Amino acid sequence: MAKYLLLKHYRGAPASVNDVPMDQWTPEEISAHVQYMRDFATRLEGTGEFVDSQALAPGGTFVRYDGEGRPPVTDGPFAETKDVIAGWMVIDVDSYERAVELAGELSAAPGKGGEPIHEWLELRPFMGAHGTVTE
Amino acid sequence: MNEALLRSLTPSVLTILVRRGADFAAAEDAVQDALVEAVRVWPADPPRDAKGWLVTVAWRKFLDATRSDTARRRREDLVDEQPPPGPAPAVDDTLQLYFLCAHPSLTPSSAVALTLRAVGGLTTRQIAQAYLVPETTMAQRISRAKRTVSGVRFDQPGDVATVLRVLYLVFNEGYSGDVDLAAEAIRLARQLAASIDHPEVAGLLALMLLHHARRAARTAPDGSLVPLAEQDRARWDTKSIAEGVEILQAALARDRLAEFQAQAAIAALHADALTAEETDWVQIVEWYDELVRLTGSAVVRLNRAVAVGEADGPRAGLAALTALDDSLPRHTAVAAYLHERDGDLTTAARLYAEAAHKAPNLAERDHLTRQAARLNARRGH
Repeated sequence: MAKYLLLKHYRGAPASVNDVPMDQWTPEEISAHVQYMRDFATRLEGTGEFVDSQALAPGGTFVRYDGEGRPPVTDGPFAETKDVIAGWMVIDVDSYERAVELAGELSAAPGKGGEPIHEWLELRPFMGAHGTVTE
Repeated sequence: MNEALLRSLTPSVLTILVRRGADFAAAEDAVQDALVEAVRVWPADPPRDAKGWLVTVAWRKFLDATRSDTARRRREDLVDEQPPPGPAPAVDDTLQLYFLCAHPSLTPSSAVALTLRAVGGLTTRQIAQAYLVPETTMAQRISRAKRTVSGVRFDQPGDVATVLRVLYLVFNEGYSGDVDLAAEAIRLARQLAASIDHPEVAGLLALMLLHHARRAARTAPDGSLVPLAEQDRARWDTKSIAEGVEILQAALARDRLAEFQAQAAIAALHADALTAEETDWVQIVEWYDELVRLTGSAVVRLNRAVAVGEADGPRAGLAALTALDDSLPRHTAVAAYLHERDGDLTTAARLYAEAAHKAPNLAERDHLTRQAARLNARRGH
């Protein structure tokens, strides 16, 4: 019973094996990809392991307090290299091994030519709740 | 409207339905429906016999559900031949229900969810809130669990150790939402202890009571962690401590020592000290030796190293620590603490910061970060 965050990156992660930009897929390939993700989420709901899933728009903005009377919004400290998070899924599973297994499955979503993308996903454990027994 | 009473009746009502021939999943749904009905009706019209009322309503719900299900026509015929429900039997044989809900074929999270729902009488929404998952997810988790155990015969003896593990998982989960899981685990352990005479059940109940008694003192008003030595002992719940100690002593007297009793003995020794300085660390080390013998667990050895550090000084504690794998959870935090007590503040500060980085929860991380900051400030950084 531990929650994990599966992070999909637009940029910042190593290149996937089947590394073809989505705009060069056929519409059917895109549909198959989307359907795979949906089925995956539905299946996890069925096993009682699904918590949340959201896609993020690519345009991130860095914000920082810049002193009295100055605008706080910047384009970001590292505009060229900053990671872009495409979206996330949160799962609640019995073990780390299960989390890795599920991340592997999600990474196998079909891409160009119907072949798995083998995309890199970042897997991050949640900080646990403050359990009752700590001493 | 006493929700605790209502929930305490859940397992026996469920057991009666199953004994009358309802399959587990259908019976469980019917009991949940009856509980909802009770919450609606009882405040204005309280029944004289609460359990009998629940059995009658649950059985009617079960019949309704069975009748409306055409695919179950054949069982409906069977059900119609059954005599009308009589008064609820006084014998409480809910023990099998505990075994069923902690069945080894279930994953830990499924066993926990099913136990809270079928034995604890919590609603799916309450369980989902407590574990911070969507209600649909929890509903699926529970119905899968019910399917998994549906083929299990109800009259087979179960494994007490598995039940105790599940209850301890519930207890340790902390709490959120409108259900206090620690209190719920204690309630279920009490109920279990009333229906089975087993020293480890008593040991677990005692352990939970002793830990729970210190809960109010364990966190500061701002939510930060207060270490055992700095806790305001006036805020410990002496009634729970006394009860836990009494239950533990009765269990130990039976001379069938096992893990939970030994852990409870350590908790009792902590609870027994009026000040941190009065803690009987020598005896605590002896109990840890017992625990190491019983479990061989590396985590227990780590805790033992802390106790050795208190009983024989930080050098002895550090020596006990060197024998252990430093990838163990909290190993670095223990090393930091022992180095600080040994006067090596530089090493301690570095290790506290490192331990904070590895901490499994926010409260612990913040606590360790503060420890590192405190030592760094003292060294004039």
